[in-house]
Amino acid sequence: MSRRDLVIIGAGPAGMAAAAQAADLGLSVTVLDEQPHAGGQIYRDVDRIAPIRGGILGPDFTHGTTLTAAMRHDAIVHLTGAVVWAIEDQFRISYTRGGRGAQIEADRILLATGALERPMPLPGWTLPGVMTAGAGQILLKQSGILARNAVLVGSGPLLYLIAAQMVRAGTPPVAMVETQSRGDVMRAAPHMGGALRGWRYLAKGLKMLAEITRARVPRYTDATGIAIEGDGKAEAVRFTSKGRSHRIACDTVFLHHGVVPNTQAARSLEVSHRWDAAQHCFVPLADEWGQTDKDGLFIAGDGAGIGGAKAAECAGKLAALEVAHQAGRLPLAERDRFAAAPRAKLESELAARPFLDAAYPPCAEALLPDDKTLICRCEEVTAGDIRGYAKLGCIGPNQTKAFGRAGMGPCQGRYCGLSVTVLLADATGQTADETGYYRIRPPIKPVTLGELAAMDDNTLDAAE
Amino acid sequence: MKTVSPFLELEDAPRVEVSFDGRTLSLPTGANLAASMLAAGIDVFRNTPVSGAPRAPFCMMGACFECLVDIDGITRQACMVEVTEGMLITPPHSAEVRHEPS
Ligand SMILES: Cc1cc2nc3c(=O)[nH]c(=O)nc-3n(C[C@H](O)[C@H](O)[C@H](O)COP(=O)(O)OP(=O)(O)OC[C@H]3O[C@@H](n4cnc5c(N)ncnc54)[C@H](O)[C@@H]3O)c2cc1C
Ligand code: FES
Repeated sequence: MSRRDLVIIGAGPAGMAAAAQAADLGLSVTVLDEQPHAGGQIYRDVDRIAPIRGGILGPDFTHGTTLTAAMRHDAIVHLTGAVVWAIEDQFRISYTRGGRGAQIEADRILLATGALERPMPLPGWTLPGVMTAGAGQILLKQSGILARNAVLVGSGPLLYLIAAQMVRAGTPPVAMVETQSRGDVMRAAPHMGGALRGWRYLAKGLKMLAEITRARVPRYTDATGIAIEGDGKAEAVRFTSKGRSHRIACDTVFLHHGVVPNTQAARSLEVSHRWDAAQHCFVPLADEWGQTDKDGLFIAGDGAGIGGAKAAECAGKLAALEVAHQAGRLPLAERDRFAAAPRAKLESELAARPFLDAAYPPCAEALLPDDKTLICRCEEVTAGDIRGYAKLGCIGPNQTKAFGRAGMGPCQGRYCGLSVTVLLADATGQTADETGYYRIRPPIKPVTLGELAAMDDNTLDAAE
Repeated sequence: MKTVSPFLELEDAPRVEVSFDGRTLSLPTGANLAASMLAAGIDVFRNTPVSGAPRAPFCMMGACFECLVDIDGITRQACMVEVTEGMLITPPHSAEVRHEPS
């Protein structure tokens, strides 16, 4: 089994920037990502896609080619299509690639596993034809596939970005059903100072809104009572906006109310997490270099707290500098000198966040859905079931497993975990921190017996 | 009757035949399997083991497991697989991967 100075999980902006920085400082680096090409979520498959659809996706997308270029470095091995399913003792990483299990060892690890869409349980959200807005964007980016009759539901800058990309591609959404209200924008006003430092983002946001308006996409704000209707598949979105009820027919519904850190790998390593009230999610505890409370284990990018792609790039570089320092390849003074520029950039990138978080809060009725709404898609557990468990004395997500199967399906709680925490906290009066989250045990991605059987013999010996 | 897909494909690419649940589909070779099945008009990929409710891809990024199908007998996430000629795809019949309490 090979041993590397640094193994990075995730080839998005955080992972790619960290790999290039670490390799430049002489470290041996392996990057594992389950996607077939480098780029992560924002720059998905950017080398192939930029020349074909760069115009639709915009310069923020094509910027990714600078990161993929820097990854082509003699000291970097990028294993594409490598699904990481276990990370153990300082550090042995198990992954599947091309139908075979394999392992690799590392002195230090950087988790750069990015974000997931925030779960958005609304009545009808499990119907075929309902997808995350990110999924809609992935269809466009990766496959050049567009929904002909889509309604976008939710809030946040990414919702506008995707709408604008659909407009540019020639299939504007049928409507935008937006859950944020004027009051939210007013409440966000005190954070404007920071936003002015992040003015570039706001200018971009206004430009996207102008594109959407020019394409005459109807926008309904302050939407409540949202339900997706259909017999066996999505057929319409029903909601109330400004005192009037609406029903908009469609084939596809794209849901979005923000992204949250994908903490699955960090949780499986028992990294401590805390509740971030502004972003309504758990974030792993890490210092200014991304070092967690586990020795040699680093986290950078959206997986450490939502900051966006440019912030992820800076955080990846900073983590790589500290890794190089700990590995004895970079004296302290050098580390700090190299860190000055990415640290300043990171701060200015993060300046607009408090404004964005306040202006586009998560959709309230999807945080605390009505009793009949499914929370756990895999095992079909409803919000009412979770409230029922709380009445019977269930105080934390792990105990829900004693009452029912919430979080025990194949997605391992990725799309119900935060809902369960929030529902239980609401029912018991405890804080989200007191309530906690599911305990995550490996495998964090399913692995088949065939893949295990095909594991190299010498790898297995070493694992025993 | 040809199914009209709710999805539009911007580009054309050389196609190969695969089979889904007894139907022959002609999909772009090397394309993302879940995406090209959607574009081919497949709106239900599987039914849940709990209530039999119909499901189709939700996240397209390997996180939700709604796109599970059996490919040549092995349960896979269609959104993480590329199209190759002759794939034999069925809704997942095998017991789906479940994470037991520990
Ligand atoms: C669907 C989606 C679309 C988005 N689109 C945009 C956009 O257009 N513009 C924008 O500004 N922001 C977008 N975002 C927000 C985005 O998360 C960040 O801006 C940015 O991509 C974060 O970079 P990162 O390096 O932290 O992680 P990511 O770019 O998310 O990269 C993480 C990588 O880790 C890999 N990974 C995760 N778990 C494993 C595992 N167990 N084994 C192997 N590999 C693994 C993933 O395949 C992924 O490639 C999007 C988010 C999502 C979820
Ligand atoms: S669509 Fe979510 S895992 Fe494939």
